[in-house]
Amino acid sequence: MDSNMLKITINGVASEVPNGTTILEAAKLLDIHIPTLCHHPKLSVFGGCRLCIVEVKGGKRPVISCATPVADGMEVKTSTPRIEEIRKTIIELILSDHPNDCMICEKAGDCTLQELAYFYGIRENRFAGERRTYDKKDNNPFIERDMEKCILCGKCVSICDEIQGVGAIDFSYRGFNAKVCPPFEKDLNCEFCGQCVSVCPTGALTGKMWSYKGRQKDVREVDTICPYCGCGCSLTLHVRQNKVIRVSSKENTINEGWLCPKGRFGYSFIDSPERLKTPLIKENGKFREATWDEALDLIASKLKKIRSKHGPDSIGGLSSARCTNEENYIFQKFIRAAIGTNNVDHCARY
Amino acid sequence: MEKIRVKVCMGPAGILAGGAQVLSAFEKELKDKKICVELKSGCSAHKVGCRGLCAKDVLVEVAIGDNKTSYQSIKPEMVQRIVEEHIIGGKPVAEWGEDQNYRNFFKKQVKVLLSDCGEIDPEDINAYIAVHGYEAATKVLTSMTPEETIKIVEDSGIRGRGGAGFPTGYKWKQCRRDPNEPKYIICNADEGDPGAFMDRAVIEGNPHSVIEGMIIGAYAIGSHDGYVYIRAEYPLAVERLEMAITQSRQAGFLGKNILGTGFDFDIKINLGAGAFVCGESTALMRSIEGKRGMPRPTPPRSVNKGLWGKPTVLNNVETFANIPYIIRNGAKWFASYGTEKSKGTKVFALTGKIKNPGLIEVPMGITMKEIIYDIGGGIDSGKKLKAVQTGGPSGGCIPASLMDIKVDFESLAEVGSIVGSGGMIVLDEDDCMVSMAKYFLQFTQDESCGKCVPCRIGTKRLYEILERITKGKGKENDIDLLQELGKDVADASLCGLGQSAPNPIISTIKYFREEYEAHIFHKKCPAKVCRDLVTYSIIEKVCKGCGACIRACPVNAISGEKKKPHKLNQETCIRCGSCFDVCKFKSVGRE
Repeated sequence: MDSNMLKITINGVASEVPNGTTILEAAKLLDIHIPTLCHHPKLSVFGGCRLCIVEVKGGKRPVISCATPVADGMEVKTSTPRIEEIRKTIIELILSDHPNDCMICEKAGDCTLQELAYFYGIRENRFAGERRTYDKKDNNPFIERDMEKCILCGKCVSICDEIQGVGAIDFSYRGFNAKVCPPFEKDLNCEFCGQCVSVCPTGALTGKMWSYKGRQKDVREVDTICPYCGCGCSLTLHVRQNKVIRVSSKENTINEGWLCPKGRFGYSFIDSPERLKTPLIKENGKFREATWDEALDLIASKLKKIRSKHGPDSIGGLSSARCTNEENYIFQKFIRAAIGTNNVDHCARY
Repeated sequence: MEKIRVKVCMGPAGILAGGAQVLSAFEKELKDKKICVELKSGCSAHKVGCRGLCAKDVLVEVAIGDNKTSYQSIKPEMVQRIVEEHIIGGKPVAEWGEDQNYRNFFKKQVKVLLSDCGEIDPEDINAYIAVHGYEAATKVLTSMTPEETIKIVEDSGIRGRGGAGFPTGYKWKQCRRDPNEPKYIICNADEGDPGAFMDRAVIEGNPHSVIEGMIIGAYAIGSHDGYVYIRAEYPLAVERLEMAITQSRQAGFLGKNILGTGFDFDIKINLGAGAFVCGESTALMRSIEGKRGMPRPTPPRSVNKGLWGKPTVLNNVETFANIPYIIRNGAKWFASYGTEKSKGTKVFALTGKIKNPGLIEVPMGITMKEIIYDIGGGIDSGKKLKAVQTGGPSGGCIPASLMDIKVDFESLAEVGSIVGSGGMIVLDEDDCMVSMAKYFLQFTQDESCGKCVPCRIGTKRLYEILERITKGKGKENDIDLLQELGKDVADASLCGLGQSAPNPIISTIKYFREEYEAHIFHKKCPAKVCRDLVTYSIIEKVCKGCGACIRACPVNAISGEKKKPHKLNQETCIRCGSCFDVCKFKSVGRE
């Protein structure tokens, strides 16, 4: 047996996992579902939601599976009456401090909390009591922050710090009044990458431009590549009635699901009346629509004219770092071979 | 003429009672009467840390040669007579000296780590050195291996004094074994339990013992950097600790190449910013790192991944303060005190409805009865003892019927409480157990860091349920609900704060269920504490019509002519109890 492999039995099913695997990961390998709200495989362990508790044989109290590494010979039960009782209490507690306005919530149908409430059949709440209410609206242009729906799973804080390296938000206050917010509760003023939005398990963080455009069940998902730069991030367009109403990215892509503000929020050009759809040629001080052939012929003839009159070195080419390597290669080839000059450069040099 | 030493208690309570004024009165008298001119260094009056019996502060000890006399409840104006009659006349002022109560207070105590606290000037390293201070550190650094040091600590059986009772030697051993470097050693002085002041008294009374314990610990685990995380609300303790660290550094016990042994170690002070949760080890370490003080899940344990992700030993003030005495006197000596599983002595802060509130040190395994009646002198109000609350907001109540219980880690846990850091609050018949539980829950829900759901929302809901019960709005199944939610919060919370927060509720329901029932079903508070459940009325037959209650009532709810029975308007009455308190004829009824 490989000395780096550990034996574990989950719900009576035996398996072997590499040393360092958590119980949650081991369960996933066996296709055993453990509910969680604060765990994200690419972020550091938080351990706040407590939903992923499991029973380990011989343990005094339940442990959280997301943070507990497998020990050799461990026997784990992911669902027992006591464990389910605690999970139900936790969900009830969260819902007791939640607006519960799923009917008009942007996240309905795509909300982990809603799903848990459904699976645990929570309608009545034993713990009804004071609820956090916040008047202040964040006036930033991209991210809708409804902190009454925040369950303090900490994913947004971690992703902003650990993945994006920005640290625009953190926990403030304590106890029941604990709250995720920018420093001094000012309006969010960050890169607006929206990574926080992408990991939020509830309707606390959504895109401002998404609101009331359609629910997840109504959208058709179209996988494509982001047109903005050479990184080539994979995008998933959420299309409803032939309109893009949201953009996301899947985890198993080249960009691991992460996006920048342009990729995530810069899609309004698609339906913009100002969007260029054909080349324009200026005649008598006015632009007119033209075909690609017509435009390219015009450019070629002008370049030829300049070259024969002033020589190839009178022409220079400048390309963009946002193009792919291949496009940049073709461009310099064109300038060097077709035009005949070494006057070629690239915006990333500046 | 023999040497004269006057020790004036300037612990927290000593200062409040006027310790500084008493000390300057002594200094003035000794100077005016030219006593010190003759004796030079053989005569001194100086401050000492907490002497223990805070109830009788200012405590003073006058020593002429080896002849010591203790005085209690001393005020500046009493000093002249002591100097004249005792110091000059050689005849102690008997009426101000120790009485039976004073002797009883100390009789069953065993002073180990407090043996020098209250005896030496905490601001003078030479005073500590004069009582064998730093001998243990010298011995360890010059003649013992780290392994031998750990062995003594392990053999002594000492367990962490911060509350959880984890074996100290084992903790050190685990940290020493970890191959990662550097290693850190931290002293937890973020004492935050309501009613607890042991660590404060130790640091204010004998800061060098803590420093010496840390030096020994650092050597044992192989650490060169130490931190004391101390709450900023203890300014005097911070001041004395800073002073002690500086003196210790100057004397060569801290810094580079300590005592020429080649061992480097120094201590930094980190001030806590008022968060109770920062007393939790992982939150404390995050706080030192400059992050928000929120606990993290374990494993990994701090001994492997603690401060800055490096192997770290964190011990409580009292634990460190014990170490020099253990090294000096040996493991066997320490283990001779206490019980099989709880060795040594423990310091408790005795407060509440007790005749002799103060700082006590008792061998583990002493009975609660001995603490309350023999040391504490019983209940000060003359009423009946109801319960003793140990372990602060993380602890539970031990009812009067269980006073034969031994005070040690196991026995207290068995009855649903904990030794905790050492707070001991005595409650009598006038204390409402529901209110008491509510008080602690208000504290814990307020001090929760907000990270995990059961603690953040669960303690809040527990508090809300308790509040409605004390307001007479309790629901039929509220006791069950408290127990259910309490159990879930205890089982599912991330750190010790949430895991122990329901203890005050669970233990009071266990032993005082009928009080909860009286509040919920009969809308009565048996201790007559819960304002919404108490009604005041004037007993006309007894009322003399003196008008005292009319003047005392803040809302003009009482009216009536002089010398005729007064009347109380229930609708206006806010049940503040002022009338009840002022009436000399017991003509105000409280139901």
